[in-house]
Amino acid sequence: MSASTILLDPTSELVAAERQLLPRLSSLAGKTVGLLDISKPRGKEFLDEVEQALLALGAKVKRYAKPTFTRIAPLELNQRISSECDAVIEGLAD
Amino acid sequence: MPAATPSYALIVKKDCPTCALIEPVIAQLAARFASALSVYVQDDHSFPASFPERIDDTSLAYSYAHNIEIVPTLLRLHADGTEQARIVGWDKKQWQQFTGVADLGQKLVAFKPGCGSKTLDPGMETVLALQFGPQLLKARAVALADAEDIMEACFERGWSDGLPVVPPTPLRVLRMLRATTRTADEIIGRVPPDNVPCSVEKVAINAVLAGCKPEYFPTVLASVTAALQDRFCLHGLLCTTYFSSPVLIVNGPVTRQIGMNGGVNALGQGNRANATIGRALQLLVRNVGGGIPGGIDRATLGNPGKYTYCFAEDESDSDWPSLAMDRGFERDDSVVSLFAGDGLQGVVDQQSRSPESLAKSLALSLRTVAHHKLFAMADAILIISPEHRRVFRQGGWTKANVRDALYSELMIAGTEIVRGAHGIAEGMPEKFRDKILNKFRDDGLHIVSAGGKAGLFSAVIGGWVASGERGSQLVSQKF
Repeated sequence: MSASTILLDPTSELVAAERQLLPRLSSLAGKTVGLLDISKPRGKEFLDEVEQALLALGAKVKRYAKPTFTRIAPLELNQRISSECDAVIEGLAD
Repeated sequence: MPAATPSYALIVKKDCPTCALIEPVIAQLAARFASALSVYVQDDHSFPASFPERIDDTSLAYSYAHNIEIVPTLLRLHADGTEQARIVGWDKKQWQQFTGVADLGQKLVAFKPGCGSKTLDPGMETVLALQFGPQLLKARAVALADAEDIMEACFERGWSDGLPVVPPTPLRVLRMLRATTRTADEIIGRVPPDNVPCSVEKVAINAVLAGCKPEYFPTVLASVTAALQDRFCLHGLLCTTYFSSPVLIVNGPVTRQIGMNGGVNALGQGNRANATIGRALQLLVRNVGGGIPGGIDRATLGNPGKYTYCFAEDESDSDWPSLAMDRGFERDDSVVSLFAGDGLQGVVDQQSRSPESLAKSLALSLRTVAHHKLFAMADAILIISPEHRRVFRQGGWTKANVRDALYSELMIAGTEIVRGAHGIAEGMPEKFRDKILNKFRDDGLHIVSAGGKAGLFSAVIGGWVASGERGSQLVSQKF
């Protein structure tokens, strides 16, 4: 089939068909936020600033880094972040 | 009577020897009727080579619209293109009469039957109905992105119980719907916990997800109808912290027709009908009702039957009434019964050779349902295996005798089961101390036959601790 695959919705259709975002945190107080450095130059300085801002909001911060920005994060890193953090911020900027 | 020149449509396929045979006839008709003859080709547009004006009907749109069953079919048409009359296959005299061409196919054999139209190839009817038929499917269409894996997409949208599901394409859903005479948009009830109106189409979509063959669909529909009976109390059952979930027992001719298992490993894996019918109900509750584990489903432990829990009763013994017959139906009725039940507890008795001994033995195990000292709280199903049934039959006992004996054996003095008795805090309230209680409320113990021919084992399916009018009662639905 060349056209995109169509499936029929088995649900009550009470929520939108698009995949939903996870619920957002209502407060950062006491929450653990992961900072993921994608390993581009100056990412560390940028995330240092973000960390200070988060600490000021009462959050705990854990730092992570991808081995290289050219590839997707390794599975083990994804699993570690999702089991250790309530939220994650990925530093994408140059 | 003068009449307008008739027009004709001839439908052929190259793969049909009769169509090949009449190629000279097509040339004769073309010479006689010129543009009033249209030839539609179902399979190979290079045929018939002698008639260049042939029309490509490999989409089968024309054939489907005119309900062609045999090729060749020759239609005589009204001026507006609608059919006036038709002939099929090759019958020389008939064709000469039908067209008014006296020497039509003079050199051909007098008669040769036609072939099946491509519109009737296996599975083609639904393919064409989806494309050219009335639009029956109303469910929201979910378009997948090109990069999405179709199996993973179903997991990611939350449609699965944790195992792979069959992607519900419109074609699969339409084929499922073809297995019932009920219309796709008929509302069969509101599914808890969200109490959303549920159409036959939504049941069909979830039956596809579960892996059902279309021939299972009437049983699935009946199970959903049964589950929505007020007596079954599906809403409460979904929310409970207890283990229970719907258990489906199917009786009657349908079990043989669709190949359900009530014999060896009847409650185990390996039979598609057993596995997918039970799963379809569970997926419907999840997807339409919104009964999601950890959401409204608050089960402390749950039980593996919450994936699927469905089996046929062994009805090979014509003197032994089935569950459906106990519920007032006939042996020839197809019936699905739903019970709010837990996992399975085995009962071993390899020594009893008398009905009396075996009944006492089974009663002891039945006493453990929910708790040894909790009475009239949870119903139960006792599944008697063929070898245990044989012990009863050889001792001259009927099913009614078994039921009566179990009832007597399960009458226990309150002093034995009140809170604190035997040094155990759990038990019946103190007010029952001077009473004699039965383990099960009236109509709280159901007896079913199932299992392989070898093994002096029976089994107990304990019920929800909110059994009876305050909670769930066994329900049956004939279909």
